[in-house]
Amino acid sequence: MASKIEVAANTTAGAAPAALSKEEILRYSRHLIMPEVGMEGQQKLKQAKVLCIGTGGLGAPLGLYLAAAGVGRIGLIDFDIVDFTNLQRQVLFGSGDVGRPKIEAAASRLRDLNPDIQIDAFETRLTSENALDILKDYDLIVDGTDNFPTRYLVNDACVLLGKPYVYGSIFRFEGQITVFAEPDGPCYRCLYPEPPPPGLVPSCAEGGVLGVLPGIVGTIQAMEALKLIIGKGQPLVGRLLLFDAMGMKFRELKLRKNPECPACGEHRTITHLIDYAEFCGIRGEEAEAPVTTVPEITPKELKARLDRGDDIYVLDVREPHEYQICNIGGHLIPLGELPLRAAELDSSQEIVAHCRSGKRSAEAVEFLRKAGFRKLWNLKGGILAWSDEVDPSVPKY
Amino acid sequence: MGVKVIIPTPLRAYAGKQESVEVQGATVGEALTALTAKFGDLKKHLYTEDGRLRSFVNVYVNDEDIRFLQKDKTGVNEGDTISIIPSIAGGA
Repeated sequence: MASKIEVAANTTAGAAPAALSKEEILRYSRHLIMPEVGMEGQQKLKQAKVLCIGTGGLGAPLGLYLAAAGVGRIGLIDFDIVDFTNLQRQVLFGSGDVGRPKIEAAASRLRDLNPDIQIDAFETRLTSENALDILKDYDLIVDGTDNFPTRYLVNDACVLLGKPYVYGSIFRFEGQITVFAEPDGPCYRCLYPEPPPPGLVPSCAEGGVLGVLPGIVGTIQAMEALKLIIGKGQPLVGRLLLFDAMGMKFRELKLRKNPECPACGEHRTITHLIDYAEFCGIRGEEAEAPVTTVPEITPKELKARLDRGDDIYVLDVREPHEYQICNIGGHLIPLGELPLRAAELDSSQEIVAHCRSGKRSAEAVEFLRKAGFRKLWNLKGGILAWSDEVDPSVPKY
Repeated sequence: MGVKVIIPTPLRAYAGKQESVEVQGATVGEALTALTAKFGDLKKHLYTEDGRLRSFVNVYVNDEDIRFLQKDKTGVNEGDTISIIPSIAGGA
């Protein structure tokens, strides 16, 4: 099994352990009275330097618990702005923070929680150009990221720098947590040599997430980080912890180091940071709407035609629970059911298909066109655009 | 051998929304072939065009990754669980 990782050993050898003030002894008394932590453990926490990448769903519990525990230096890196939809799960932020840079709100919150520690706030995107420079000053890296390119970037940087990396990821109701730690343990590429093609695994914005899920996964990551720092307990090195929130089950799978891993294996080919967007296949596709050749109608045009009394069949291809949130009176046939239910449609009638933002309905139009329908339109921008351009009383989601 | 294949959340839409499926097979390869025969849409998510398991999908027999056993020739016993664990990246 993997040996314990001495995170605090990265601090200057031979330096006297950081002394604790009277206030700190009182603040951390609940740590100090446990032999597993004690003065020695708390001093290790004080000397530790941990970088949290991301201050969102995972970053929130990470930041909060590491700060509360007295990690002496916490780096935070995030380039994003607090959005109203973040508040459902990103508990570092409050309603008053909407529109504020996340890093500012996060640093402010953590400094309030624990004024004795040092918070380094990096309002920037982590890139191949800056990653090695930013990571090098920290003992331990914790993952609060939300996309594949950054995860591979962080992994490779950690392998190149020899830093342990506490990994966590979520999807809907499931989570994964492990600790990647050289030299004994595997790295992210040992687990997943390649990412999925873009678009296959939706982000939290696209697929949804139960707000508390990153809270649970991020808190487990914080626990692993603290254990690594104080050098107690069995870390998740070589163990992949899977969490299923719906079944409330934890499972553990063995995670082995891959001797042929290009990053951490015996014959390493990754000697510097690469273009991770390209590696993940999203170069040139990032943030672009898919090019569509289906005929489109704007919400204003549709409204005008409906008001005029034109015989248009409005086809809503969203899911039933979305219809409950808001609808424009369309006939609901979820996209997945369309192949079976296309016979309900009248090909002599003009059909305008819509979904939330226009992507799924474009697929529906394409499908119906191939099935022989000719009078088809895709509602450009979906019900979101309808809300913006025609009827603001329709809630957006 | 009757084995249970656990379907991960991102792929349940292609497996009739089921969390797990019982299939027959003596090896992982046979079990997954039986699975994709039952759910054709799963095939392209699990396998490349030249029939290799996609590298962002890991397959475990009980708690062992088949890449470190005999890959798709790894034998399975009655009552074993095959888990399909794809890469996920959410966190914000």
